[in-house]
Amino acid sequence: MATQALPLVDRTIGEVGELLRSRQVSSRELTEGCLARIDRDAERLNTFLAVGRERALAAADGADRELADGGGAARPLLGIPYALKDIFVTRALDDDGNPDGGLPTTAGSRILEGYRSPYASAAEERLTAAGAVLLGKTNCDEFAMGSSNENSAFGPVHNPWDESTVPGGSSGGSSAAVAGGQAFFALGTDTGGSIRQPASLSGVIGLKPTYGRVSRYGMIAFASSLDQCGPFTRSVHDCTHVLQALAGHDARDSTSVDIPVPDYAAALTGDVRGMRLGVPREYFVAGMEPGVERAVREAFAVLERLGAEIVEVSLPSTDAGLATYYIIAPAEASANLARYDGVKYGLSAGEDDLLENYLRTRGAGFGPEVKRRIMLGTYALSAGYYDAYYVKAQQVRTLIKAEFDRVLADVDALLAPTSPSVAFAIGAKTEDPLLMYLNDACTLPVNIAGLPGISVPAGLADGLPVGLQVIGRAFDEATVLRVADAYERAARFADLRPPTAHD
Amino acid sequence: MISREDVEHVATLARLGLTDDEIDRMQGQLNRILEAIGQLQSVDTSAVGPTAQVIALENVMRDDVSRPGLSREAALANAPLREGAHLRVPVVLEEGR
Repeated sequence: MATQALPLVDRTIGEVGELLRSRQVSSRELTEGCLARIDRDAERLNTFLAVGRERALAAADGADRELADGGGAARPLLGIPYALKDIFVTRALDDDGNPDGGLPTTAGSRILEGYRSPYASAAEERLTAAGAVLLGKTNCDEFAMGSSNENSAFGPVHNPWDESTVPGGSSGGSSAAVAGGQAFFALGTDTGGSIRQPASLSGVIGLKPTYGRVSRYGMIAFASSLDQCGPFTRSVHDCTHVLQALAGHDARDSTSVDIPVPDYAAALTGDVRGMRLGVPREYFVAGMEPGVERAVREAFAVLERLGAEIVEVSLPSTDAGLATYYIIAPAEASANLARYDGVKYGLSAGEDDLLENYLRTRGAGFGPEVKRRIMLGTYALSAGYYDAYYVKAQQVRTLIKAEFDRVLADVDALLAPTSPSVAFAIGAKTEDPLLMYLNDACTLPVNIAGLPGISVPAGLADGLPVGLQVIGRAFDEATVLRVADAYERAARFADLRPPTAHD
Repeated sequence: MISREDVEHVATLARLGLTDDEIDRMQGQLNRILEAIGQLQSVDTSAVGPTAQVIALENVMRDDVSRPGLSREAALANAPLREGAHLRVPVVLEEGR
């Protein structure tokens, strides 16, 4: 389908950015267009938890004034409407502690009911500085724990490609909003695949940068040694603009690394001739759908035709990744979520006894998956089990990291499926936590090793999107983006849009 | 295998109030998950140290100078219970406890 036939709100940042700078459309028109799509599909997709209509329109008008003064040069996000996963805090209080009209923050949880953040996340600050227009906060699995968005306290998100299926998770509201023409880009967070897997299932681009590349300040913590934030976009080129705005050192996040940030758009040469791209044989996991494997292997062939050398490699500890992850992530989560105590903010049972207040507040405020992970993490860290579980998992992390380092010394990047399946039916995996956890088998080793990874659309299987994952060396997002972009240009799946774009 | 008592003990450590139904379900699910992650015991890690985080950062220090932070009102605005300039907390220490 020709891009020209697409409604404005379904186009890329690159396309509408040109229209903005040449004053053929206004940021207000784009913002109103997104808000109209958000309203139209509010019930059938359930993507947003909060929408800031008036503020968005005011920001759009501000951007239009800057654009009229020629301020769009070298500011590719000026006037572009976007959404934040509701894991990022957005300032909603003034210095006197009064509501200032900003958006609430829930993390998809009842335990933060009524919470208004007194400060803004680094992501919001940087995107505001870049001139982007915040539309609202997107639905997600509670505290980012899930692979289907069914763990949100505010109901599941529906996939715009087929409303009976999940969009993936945990950043499912963000992936579905970008797929569904409700925002030109959105941010998600990725602890074990929560950007790449929903990007794959929703048919959009999703990038998890290297651990330490982007500030986590104001990003509600799930597993602090694994969490990273990144963009959902409709093209790899768009992705470079958002990463450019986000990347860089922030003293407020002590794990943010102070090293130079390259020009990401300049890395998109379209040329992969002579590059060595490794395919880890262990990533074709048991239970992978044949349609997914076919589409991904066809993507390898596309890159080979472009002149890359495709070599099979081995990451033998891949199989241990799931177990390692499901010790480390819950252990860190159990510590991070201790802060929800019914005293400082959020839900409180109002009991007169402190222990009773903790038990009742947390028992009522957390949903089943969050409770499961707090229990698992507390158990793994408890006396007598710490060495057998937690220390063991940290040792296997060393092995997994060393295997990636060894293989990536010999190849420029790795190619793999993003998810073993396409979007599955809502309710299909909710009864079996282990079955749900398998969704992230191909993505979570990348978090364990802290590497950058992207999911790029690789066509359809049974009418639903498949994602190709490109994994790179630490802080080498540029190569990951270059490979993804070369593939995107050659494969020409970038114009695929869900049915919601056309009715 | 973890017992029902184990589940109750861990829930108390985690300060999670669980209903009887939740405890039953949790016991079955945790046992299945622990069985699956038990496979790690077969990985040979005798020659490997643990990794807590993957980037080569040492302690990150800053100069010890005061900087503006949240205002008191903004910091207290979300408190479920407050008394003047303080968070109100149920009694923690009392005689005879």
